[in-house]
Amino acid sequence: MEFTFENNIPIYIQLLDYMKIYLISGVFKTGDKLPSVREFATTFKVNPNTMQKALAELESMNLIYTERTNGKYVTKDEKVIERLKDEYAITLAKSYFQGMKRIGLGKADSIKYLEGIDE
Amino acid sequence: MNNMELLEVKELNKSFDNKEILKDVNFSLTKGKIVGLLGKNGAGKTTLIKLINDLLTPTSGEILVKGKKIGVETKKIISYLPERTYLNKQMKVSEVIEYFKDFYDNFDDKKAKKLLKDLDLDINERLSKMSKGMQEKVQLVLVMSRKADLYILDEPLGGVDPATRDYILDTILSNFNEKASVIISTHLISDIERILDEVIFIDKGEIILQEDADKLRNKEKSSIDEVFRRMFKC
Repeated sequence: MEFTFENNIPIYIQLLDYMKIYLISGVFKTGDKLPSVREFATTFKVNPNTMQKALAELESMNLIYTERTNGKYVTKDEKVIERLKDEYAITLAKSYFQGMKRIGLGKADSIKYLEGIDE
Repeated sequence: MNNMELLEVKELNKSFDNKEILKDVNFSLTKGKIVGLLGKNGAGKTTLIKLINDLLTPTSGEILVKGKKIGVETKKIISYLPERTYLNKQMKVSEVIEYFKDFYDNFDDKKAKKLLKDLDLDINERLSKMSKGMQEKVQLVLVMSRKADLYILDEPLGGVDPATRDYILDTILSNFNEKASVIISTHLISDIERILDEVIFIDKGEIILQEDADKLRNKEKSSIDEVFRRMFKC
């Protein structure tokens, strides 16, 4: 997979977003050992320092944790991941409604459009 | 002396025939960073780089690399990619590798051969038979295959196509380690900004700004390229 980054948003925030999706979608499951900073940086083609910053941010959000000398792991707490999924879904839903509002459609109409779309 | 500083530039001035090219330049770099030295053509980037590489003498001021004054010792720990090639184009790549091996104690020829292979470059080819992009790749590989403390790349993307540019950026990233720093001078900011830790803006021979790249994006809510364009509107 090719990862693309916008130059006008801090790169570590965009990395954070990719990582959140990985955690929510189960690419990395609760308790999984994560690849090293170096490996992640190579995959995303970013500066290892920037990757480190994104991982530190995930850690401060309690989504991952460091086992001393052993590397980084996904939290064992499934509730934390569930909450992340919930927050992420709300953000996506909000941005959908905002877009619809811009073209003059209210919430009820917007939902009708959603129901009319095949996946 | 602060052990954290890899490079210190103090009150550096350089004039040619009474024309000031660099004016009171002060900055320092720590190890483990990729730093963009960004400025328009003629801003003083290459002059600054040549001073750090002991190819020019300062009019006044001082440059220290790992606390040492510029000279034979600092040349050993700086790996420099000049803007223009100094290699004899009649040489084969394999001959250039031998030449580097003889010349630099810290040159890893095995690494160079591996990187060239990864980039699909034939070491039995003469430089003169290669395209400009291929030559740029060869030179970058040579420079990145030295085990140095400071890598200085002057316009490494000049005149190469986007695919080659990506190869060059990947090569810089995959060979970067936390013990060394890389300075990349360029005016092609948007092409390179995603890999930078820090940026230094230089204009009319003066350092205008030195800042963490993501902090600057956050503060200005725009890309480094846009910040630069706004600041130095022609």
